[in-house]
Amino acid sequence: MTAPLTRPKRKDPLKKTRQPLYPQSIRSRTAQGLTAAAAQGRFELQCCSDCKEIFYPPRDACPKCLSARVPFVPVDNRGTVLAETTIQTSTDPYFRERTPWRAGLTKLDAGPVVLSHLHGDVAEGARVRLDLKLDKGGAPVLIALPEKDTPNMADDPQLREMTCDPKFRRVLITDGRTAVGQAMAKAFSEAGANIVFVGIADPWKPFPGEDMLRKIEKVEIVPLDVTDSESCIEQAEQNGGRIDIVVNTAEHVRPGGVMQRHGLTVAREEMDVRYFGLMRLAQAFGPAMRSRGADGVNSAAAFVNLLSVHALMNWPAYGAYSAAEAACLSAAQCLRAELRPGGVKVVNVFFGPLETEWFQTVPPPKVAPSALAKAVVQALQRGVEDVFVGDIAEDIRARLAVNPKALEREIAG
Amino acid sequence: MTTRLAYDGVVVCVPVTIPYRRYSVNSAHWWIGRALHELTLGAGIKPKDIDGLIVSSFTVGPDTAVGLTQHFGLTPRWLDHVPMGGASGVIGLRRAARAVQAGDAQFVACVAADTNHVDSFRKTLTSFSRFAQDAVYPYGSGGANASFALITKNYMNQYGATREDFGKLCVAQRDNALAIPFAMMKKKLTLDEYMKARSISDPLHLFDCVMPCAGAEAFLVCREETAKSLGLPAVRILSTIERHNAFPDDPVQYRGGWAMDTDELWQMAGVKPDDVDLLETYDDYPVIVTMQFEDLGFCKKGEGPDFIRGNTFTTDGTFPHNTSGGQLSVGQAGAAGGYLGITEAMRQLAGTPIGKPVRDAKLAVVSGFGMINYDRGLSSGAAVLARA
Repeated sequence: MTAPLTRPKRKDPLKKTRQPLYPQSIRSRTAQGLTAAAAQGRFELQCCSDCKEIFYPPRDACPKCLSARVPFVPVDNRGTVLAETTIQTSTDPYFRERTPWRAGLTKLDAGPVVLSHLHGDVAEGARVRLDLKLDKGGAPVLIALPEKDTPNMADDPQLREMTCDPKFRRVLITDGRTAVGQAMAKAFSEAGANIVFVGIADPWKPFPGEDMLRKIEKVEIVPLDVTDSESCIEQAEQNGGRIDIVVNTAEHVRPGGVMQRHGLTVAREEMDVRYFGLMRLAQAFGPAMRSRGADGVNSAAAFVNLLSVHALMNWPAYGAYSAAEAACLSAAQCLRAELRPGGVKVVNVFFGPLETEWFQTVPPPKVAPSALAKAVVQALQRGVEDVFVGDIAEDIRARLAVNPKALEREIAG
Repeated sequence: MTTRLAYDGVVVCVPVTIPYRRYSVNSAHWWIGRALHELTLGAGIKPKDIDGLIVSSFTVGPDTAVGLTQHFGLTPRWLDHVPMGGASGVIGLRRAARAVQAGDAQFVACVAADTNHVDSFRKTLTSFSRFAQDAVYPYGSGGANASFALITKNYMNQYGATREDFGKLCVAQRDNALAIPFAMMKKKLTLDEYMKARSISDPLHLFDCVMPCAGAEAFLVCREETAKSLGLPAVRILSTIERHNAFPDDPVQYRGGWAMDTDELWQMAGVKPDDVDLLETYDDYPVIVTMQFEDLGFCKKGEGPDFIRGNTFTTDGTFPHNTSGGQLSVGQAGAAGGYLGITEAMRQLAGTPIGKPVRDAKLAVVSGFGMINYDRGLSSGAAVLARA
């Protein structure tokens, strides 16, 4: 039985903040196949296309028939723990601070024997589900979870090292004027966040949904305008040292392509809100987050970017918007590399057209703001890095994997 | 029926041990150099007489045996590098013996050495193998201790071995080591102290684990008449075996490659387990020692615990085993750990032991084991040695 986490006390400001460390994250090129699966929350191992042998650790040829056709594919993740140990002495500084640490060998029903981290509710001989996670260093690791969910299982200290669970963490929703921002505030409040800071530019200006927003438990409205560097810096000075999760909900959706529009005014605004907004937030809040990646139960954990799935493939009907989103995706990849040493994840959430006014003319399926918010919370609870929300986003992911050129042609209409 | 050629006319002589140190500021090259120097002095030959060289070392990088030839001013016509950890000794011996037997070299110097800087153990662990990097080190970084903890736990579950059984082996080896001046461990160990030691990685506790240190071991392989002409006491090689990645489908390692080849080992040597006067096993952990008792045919699979309960394992008792104290008491000088049993067996058979003698020792078995690549040790080897 996992002991439930207790709400962390206020931090003594005179105490040293524990510096973030992370486990060795060097992997072979082939083992990065696990990274790809873990980033999206899939359980995949290599399976020989010729003889169907499933094997692990990652190899460059099948150990049964020597075929080089050995892709990563989804496999049955169930198995039985053969032996477990509790490591008390570790040569690695990250684990040294976290011992005792449990690890064990599991025989997967699919064949291979895997060494993995063990969830606290997993005993020797037990049936388990293996899960692929990204550890504090962003490297793929296996963890054996109980066969069925157990009470408070997300609070297990080893598992929590691999997730960004909002429970007891302090969240900043950067823009509360939007339907997505308000849905996000509600979802994080319900997920057990300690404080949900909600940024509002020019708070004296009323906005739809304000009353509802103010009534949500744990919500604290704060002044924040992502198009204003000073505003971002001021907010970071106020609360930056206790913000564990940033969710950038600032949006700027306008239809129109590159040639069709007149002038650059709208495009500049798009870039100002989205791309420069992301940079301002990263510069204001990123450094403190990176230094607080190991700061106890409510350590800094994640920077969440909400990105149109058209960041991955331009949608000419919203062509300039797609381009701004693509710029944000590129910046997010950079930010991911910059935050990794602090054990802070950058979570990119790719969504299809939203059920909001700016996508009014777009036919369904569309993503409700509440569904997007739920997906973000789940992504953090699972510890995944790349999430696709809604049927359109899933469709584009699948088509990109098969034939990006076909997608480019077809999406143009 | 084995069709393998016997090692007729080939001997191994001049056991060299460069006394171990917990930490060393010197490089692996320094330790290898000391061992080669002692080897030439002990054999009464000049460095230029060494026309064969075989080296094992984890910490000699970026060099291999090739770079060492220039480093030490040697011009061998036969050269090998054996990166096989605890199996390096036996494997080096059998490679060298064939080279001498075939006339490819007259004197093969076999050397294993490693240094131990303050942080070199951790560095060796982090880049030990690709599988270790991808699939072992990120899981708690417990090193070999954690990997063998799982193997030990599984063996205890399967065969009813207890911590007391393993403790008895460790205590006996410590008794043997008390007469060895260069042993890292100099104090007597009691079973009570063994049982109460701090946990390292459950079920392994402090005295189940070797102490990493710096050191070097070496020996010389040549023809019997060459050794005789130099007046060198020598030991004959009756048979050897070697195996890698045996039993890959065993979910957890409960036997080593010896189990595949042990019949041939005894057949080629023309002796039986009962004839053996002393056994030098590779003792990185007592569970592996127990597997060697079983897999080499001294008892049946699963009877290891009973075999332990029925013997003393001390030099002067029943079934003398790891008579210099093994790595558990002398220390693990990296790849030299795979040579430790060979130099000790050579001295016992030649009647020149450093510690206590095994009475009338005529026949010894030395086994090696090494390279825990992912979840198990991959390389195994064994040799039957006889007084010349």
